[in-house]
Amino acid sequence: MSLWVHEFRPSNFAELDLNERLTDNLRQLCTEEELPHLLLYGPPGSGKQTRVGACLQELFGAGSRRIKIESRQLDAGGSKKLEITMVSSVYHVEITPSEAGNQDRFVVQELLKEIAQTQQIDQNAKHRYKVVVINEADHLTREAQAALRRTMEIYTSNLRIVMVATSLSPIMEPIRSRTLLVRVPAPSEDEIAKVLQSIAAAKRVSVQSDAVLHKIAATSQRNMRKAILMLEAMYAQNEQLTESAVVPLADWEAVIKKEAFEIVKSPTTSKLAEVRGTNYELLSHCIPPQIILRTLLLQILPLVDAKAAPGIIEAAALFDHRIRLGTKAIFHLEAFVARVMNVLSSR
Amino acid sequence: MSFFKPKATNSTPRAPTKVPWTEKYRPKSLNDVAAQDAIVSVLKKTLQSSNLPHMLFYGPPGTGKTSTILALARDLYGPELRKTRVLELNASDDRGISVVREKIKNFSRTAVGNVSSEIRQKYPAPDFKLIILDEADMMTHDAQAALRRTMENYAKTTRFCLICNYVTRIIDPLASRCSKFRFKELSQESALNRLQYICEQENVEVEDEEVLRSLLKLTNGDLRQSITLLQSAAGFAPVVTKDILSELAGVVPDNIVSKVIEVAEIGNQKQIEKAVENIILDGYSVSELLDQLHDTLLTSVISSKSKSMLANTFSVANRRLVDGGDEHIELLNIVTQTAQALKA
Repeated sequence: MSLWVHEFRPSNFAELDLNERLTDNLRQLCTEEELPHLLLYGPPGSGKQTRVGACLQELFGAGSRRIKIESRQLDAGGSKKLEITMVSSVYHVEITPSEAGNQDRFVVQELLKEIAQTQQIDQNAKHRYKVVVINEADHLTREAQAALRRTMEIYTSNLRIVMVATSLSPIMEPIRSRTLLVRVPAPSEDEIAKVLQSIAAAKRVSVQSDAVLHKIAATSQRNMRKAILMLEAMYAQNEQLTESAVVPLADWEAVIKKEAFEIVKSPTTSKLAEVRGTNYELLSHCIPPQIILRTLLLQILPLVDAKAAPGIIEAAALFDHRIRLGTKAIFHLEAFVARVMNVLSSR
Repeated sequence: MSFFKPKATNSTPRAPTKVPWTEKYRPKSLNDVAAQDAIVSVLKKTLQSSNLPHMLFYGPPGTGKTSTILALARDLYGPELRKTRVLELNASDDRGISVVREKIKNFSRTAVGNVSSEIRQKYPAPDFKLIILDEADMMTHDAQAALRRTMENYAKTTRFCLICNYVTRIIDPLASRCSKFRFKELSQESALNRLQYICEQENVEVEDEEVLRSLLKLTNGDLRQSITLLQSAAGFAPVVTKDILSELAGVVPDNIVSKVIEVAEIGNQKQIEKAVENIILDGYSVSELLDQLHDTLLTSVISSKSKSMLANTFSVANRRLVDGGDEHIELLNIVTQTAQALKA
């Protein structure tokens, strides 16, 4: 039994029902002889991966679904070795170069070139090129991006690159100018509610009123994946979805919400020490520090008055940047909390 | 004898894969290079005298740096000789210090062979080789330093051409060994001509003259991006229009930009937060939005003090975004700061 998220994931263009204009455009592109390099960007849970899957399906047919997972060893300069997992079919390869951290340059240089230099051997394949899907393209280092530039141009007859990213900003200009940018907006709350409804109907979940579905959609922050997961979680707890059902927050979100409340209520030194424990706890549960900071900010903002907000936001932007550049996230998280307390108590 | 026949005869023969227009319409010789007249005329002179200095090409993307040197190489050596005489290395090759030491040194060390008189009649085919180091600004400082002596030692047999976007990232000793060519942004006229030529060749129908102009404006004069966009747009619809282009270019629509400015001017904190959330969830690129905000606000009628505050905010935000800062927080900060600057 698979999760509903996977079970109800559309596998081809005909099944995709959100963002129709975008879907039509993509389908049109895939039927053309010539597919440009693509860069799909949009918030999480907006359907980027799903669309990549649909593109592959359209380009190569069912063969693109027969995938295998393999792990490869690469030379990373000198005697160093580097391991990377890739998902591949006869027609495409899916990699996440950011797995290799700072060494991702080698993945692009070695692996991509190797793929690019081998030709499609299947005579009956619909297209002569292979597709390489690069996940988390916004986490590629500058060196890796630079390495991509000429590869994308030289090997176009054998290779098409499809990149998936949540944010366009870290992707440098030369790469952007070589790809077709495709924006995938998050679905609206109504659209999510509609999808939830159809899933509920298919799974025979008794829904008392649509209001609860809208509530899920709102809590998910227009994230389809999260919304479907929430629905399944609620169904697992109670087979009847009543109007008053509480939409459960993820544990860590509830913790951060409480933390935000505490910070605003008593901005004192002793509280600062207490909050440190919470932050450590969150980090040790592998919640990425940037997400902790953003969630914390968004939870604090509704609790403070408008005059204090600019200072808090500015601090958040500053420390978010430092988390990204630095290596010890806890310092910056704590500095942010201290700054917020300072702003609040000096008023 | 059916045994020897290729097995796959029943499969329909494939149409030859079409290359992207950016490669297809790369200038074949120096005469075809759009604009950059000054540089082209200097290079042509070197063609006649068969003497070439080390060169350093720099300038914004899509201005024809790589195209020019490839065209020059073709004019110098012709297609046959080019294979043995030209070494092209770019950031996709490993260019650590060891490569400079071995690959480049080995290539430049060997003397050039004799050239058949047949080729010599058609091409200048001078007695040196050419090493093109594309994207040289991505080379490490160590690797650049290792190049210094190599360039001088083998000057007899080898000429170097370094290509980069940012000349400041090339170490001084290296830059001083090259004659520098600055590629300025293409003039609108020459870029337009090129686009029109491609439209004619590919039978692309554009709505009117204005479309190509707006295309160049969208891409800030980057010809490569313009051509890529044009090709994608032509694949989408029979007639290319402005709207299709701006949608494909990933620019933020003007009404969103003006809404951001409006909310910063008169909205309260809550409205700002709501507007920011919506923009993020609609997936617009914050760096793109920042660019457009910058263009709109700094040319509008607001006090100089506000402008300088804004310039400060924008520059800091841009840096943070490039470093991979969180888009949501950054945009929130940009809009709140803008609101404060406008009220100052």
